[in-house]
Amino acid sequence: MDFTYTETQDMIRDTLARFLGDTYDFETRQKFINSDTGRDPAIWTALAQELGMLGAPFAEEHGGLGGGALENAIVMEELGKVIGIEPYLPTVVIAGGALKAVGGAQADAMIPEIIAGNAIIAFAYAEPQGRYDLANLRTTAKKDGAGYVLSGHKSVVYAAPWATHLLVTARTGGNPRDRDGVSLFLIDANLPGIVRRDYPTVDGSRASEIYFENVAIPGDALLGGEGTGLPLIEQIVDEATVAVCAEATGVMQKLHEGTLEYTQQRKQFGVPIAKFQVLQHRMVDMFMEVEQARSMTIMGTLKLSLPANERMAAVSAAKAKVARGANFVGQNAIQTHGGIGITQELAIGHYFKRATMIEGQFGSADHHMERYERITLND
Amino acid sequence: MDMEFSPEDLAFQQEVRQFIAENYPADLRDKQDEGEEMSKEDFLAWHKILYKKGWIAPAWPVEYGGTGWTPTQRFIWSEETARADCIRLMPFGLAMVGPVIYTFGTPEQKAHFLPRILSGEDWWCQGYSEPGSGSDLASLRTTAVADGDDYIVNGQKTWTTLAQHADWGFFLVRTDKEAKQQEGISFLLIDMKSPGITVRPIITLGGEHEVNEVWLEDVRVPQSQRVYDENKGWTCAKFLLAHERTGIAGVAASKRGIEKVKAIARTELDGDKPLLANAFFKRKVAELEVDLAALEFTELRSLAGPNANRGPGPESSLLKIKGSEIQQRLTELTLEAVGHYGAPYFRGFGEGDNEHPIGPDYAHRAAPTYFNMRKTTIYGGSNEIQRNIIAKMVLGL
Repeated sequence: MDFTYTETQDMIRDTLARFLGDTYDFETRQKFINSDTGRDPAIWTALAQELGMLGAPFAEEHGGLGGGALENAIVMEELGKVIGIEPYLPTVVIAGGALKAVGGAQADAMIPEIIAGNAIIAFAYAEPQGRYDLANLRTTAKKDGAGYVLSGHKSVVYAAPWATHLLVTARTGGNPRDRDGVSLFLIDANLPGIVRRDYPTVDGSRASEIYFENVAIPGDALLGGEGTGLPLIEQIVDEATVAVCAEATGVMQKLHEGTLEYTQQRKQFGVPIAKFQVLQHRMVDMFMEVEQARSMTIMGTLKLSLPANERMAAVSAAKAKVARGANFVGQNAIQTHGGIGITQELAIGHYFKRATMIEGQFGSADHHMERYERITLND
Repeated sequence: MDMEFSPEDLAFQQEVRQFIAENYPADLRDKQDEGEEMSKEDFLAWHKILYKKGWIAPAWPVEYGGTGWTPTQRFIWSEETARADCIRLMPFGLAMVGPVIYTFGTPEQKAHFLPRILSGEDWWCQGYSEPGSGSDLASLRTTAVADGDDYIVNGQKTWTTLAQHADWGFFLVRTDKEAKQQEGISFLLIDMKSPGITVRPIITLGGEHEVNEVWLEDVRVPQSQRVYDENKGWTCAKFLLAHERTGIAGVAASKRGIEKVKAIARTELDGDKPLLANAFFKRKVAELEVDLAALEFTELRSLAGPNANRGPGPESSLLKIKGSEIQQRLTELTLEAVGHYGAPYFRGFGEGDNEHPIGPDYAHRAAPTYFNMRKTTIYGGSNEIQRNIIAKMVLGL
């Protein structure tokens, strides 16, 4: 048992923190998220080619740094600290995770493209009726010769406007909500019949509604088994869930630090408001939520490799705790800032918005408490 | 970073399990299962078994009688003792004054007191709080005035846990009335059989005689029983409080407690289903488990993380706050789970009394324990004081 980071892990964190410190200050971020494309592609390229950061969780034979989930957590936490909108989560954590899991020629072909920064992959899994149920799919992929024909509507696909590829969940058999009959496909984002409606998200990113209108996709787009994709999807979504917990930790830390700093500057009744015990205790409660979020992220990350039930219970415990903590820290950061907190002027409000979206991402606290109970308390 | 147990750790875990299975006293187990109050002999029975084995003080440095276990082994030890529901060891010697003596004491103090703490020969109590000094501990007014090689001590202490059993007490006393509050305090070791000491019981909400008032009237204490410099006792006090705080996170015991609550909630019926199938009750259990996991991994980070060798710091206040809140929620949930049978008041078995108490065994102490455990957010520095400590020491406010 050991809870220290290796030298390489410390180096990844330091290198990334330094880079983001130089390139991702709040004003710069606001500029590019409000530009036409909503991002600065040079940052992604630099993350890949100057820092090698997109190879963090990949094996050395693919050109990666030989890490895994812990390295992903480190990167996500640092991105959280700058409310980064870089598509690391869908590209590296989720699509990268799926490719690592299936291995073979598909992994050999795509992982180097991810590491080089050439591929941006968006994860099209949610549907209007599906809420957080990964098997609740109306999107279908019907066998057609050697390939498939994809039809359906995917909701709120983060990073889709920037994507070169899409990772899509679809039904190749069974009824909506069946565990069987679910498949996972990695396809080119610009195939004929893919219709996108792009929009900004409230937390500074870009996303799309995606309509597949009888899109012909090749047979080798299938990742894993046909109709048996759900366990793999659950696994990569669990990996993604602890990755957003790590991001949340970075976001929450900044919300807390920003609040500490502000209360020491802001004077009322002739003294810095940090002198008031009621605010001190509030900020201690925020601090404890940040620390517990960090602990739960580590717990969830370390338990990703356990058998499915233990993994899911751990991830759900982590996400439920982190979601509640993010809610508490975010709301209290705004409250403590007072009026200025509800303007667009300060960074704090933008951290709050990201924290709020993370609460629901891959399932709300209630959803995860229910999954946790189903696994651990049903007998 | 990993959570793996090495083959050596697994072998150690087996060894611990086997040792407990073969050596834990059966009559003690029965008494615990019935929910009886524990006597001094009960507490000492397990202490002495562990002393013989050399496992009584895992947290101590090896040179003073510690086990030299790794953080992982200590984690395994606390897990296994909690899993087997072993009676808790009294912290006053092992976790409180012991570390103060080996950190700040003279060679003579170490040589005399440490072995007696390990063997269980001396039972210790803590003379800190006073009627007028609770959270504001440094305002204490018990005085020690030098008289030749001795001090003459006068004053009153309160909330002194199990002082009725104690052979020795460690006391904070004022040795300089002129100095700033924290700077005029000294740390004294006092023989509880000294003339002038009176111990009077305070009965708490559950009916227990757990805490006491201790009166000191012209008590003569050799100056050689002062630990560390005169007027530097606050240094020892702060050191001790930080140590005490980590101990009372109580993660392993709370894990065991949750298992007990779940067992009760599987037995108790709610309609035609077990109580544990009630969505609201189940959610409370699940929330408790999740919060306990957060506490556990926060503690593990401090025990086996990058700052592991630094010793307990102010962030241990977090462990105290969250640990005590969880302990209280656990007792509240237990009381809720036992339903009607929370009400009958079980006074323990009288002399020659072999009639079975009212209600299921698991209900006997549900309410008294709930009442009693309200103490956890008050003692060891109230949770409000812990927040002040974090605000000042960690957040720099």
